[in-house]
Amino acid sequence: MTALAVAFVSAGVFFLVTGAAGLIRFPDFYTRMHASGKCDTLGVLLVLVGIACHVGASLTSAKILLIAAFIFVASPTATHAIARSALRHQNALWPEEEQ
Amino acid sequence: MITRQESVIVRTTCRLLAPFIQVFGLYVIVHGHSSPGGGFQGGVILASSFVLLAIGFGPGEVQRRIPRPALLACTCAGVLLYAGIGVACVLLGANFLDYGALPLRDARSLGMLGIEIGVGITVAAAMVSIFHDLITFE
Repeated sequence: MTALAVAFVSAGVFFLVTGAAGLIRFPDFYTRMHASGKCDTLGVLLVLVGIACHVGASLTSAKILLIAAFIFVASPTATHAIARSALRHQNALWPEEEQ
Repeated sequence: MITRQESVIVRTTCRLLAPFIQVFGLYVIVHGHSSPGGGFQGGVILASSFVLLAIGFGPGEVQRRIPRPALLACTCAGVLLYAGIGVACVLLGANFLDYGALPLRDARSLGMLGIEIGVGITVAAAMVSIFHDLITFE
């Protein structure tokens, strides 16, 4: 069980680091949103599942899985809302910024 | 000024998540006397679900569901519950909020639970009314 937990948390940390790198390296708002939104959702999800594996089958792990389900719904919606409002306020896209 | 969201994704998520947030707020309030949390924290979580609904559906929708007089009544009712339990202890011959005097089984635990519920009702209603005042300010 501990090996499984370590594998999940390591995979989650990998995705979180990838998302952070994308947030720093990508050129404009939307690509940064693209990197951080998806990677953070999956990374946090994997870390939480890893913690639930570490705890074992109990009420605590059920609560952790509920938090994971909440983040699985809420995080993409937040990303969608931010990106949508940026688009509606004519935030410039990347190729236009280059010219 | 916040208005109703056009995005169906945001509206659906607000509608789906609000009841779960409310249940979690009630959970935090009810478990306040035996675990981390309590009336204030649970009340704020409860109020945040109404803020989420106002963001998704506009403040008019929340005001239609919970009219302003009801909010005011809830704010007062929570304080009244708190003070009522405290004064009941005084009337039963003990100090203010000395739950041990209440003629109940597990009086201390139940008294604390009543206090937490009163604080939760007041904080939730006050938070929602403050939010309404802020977003409808011209």
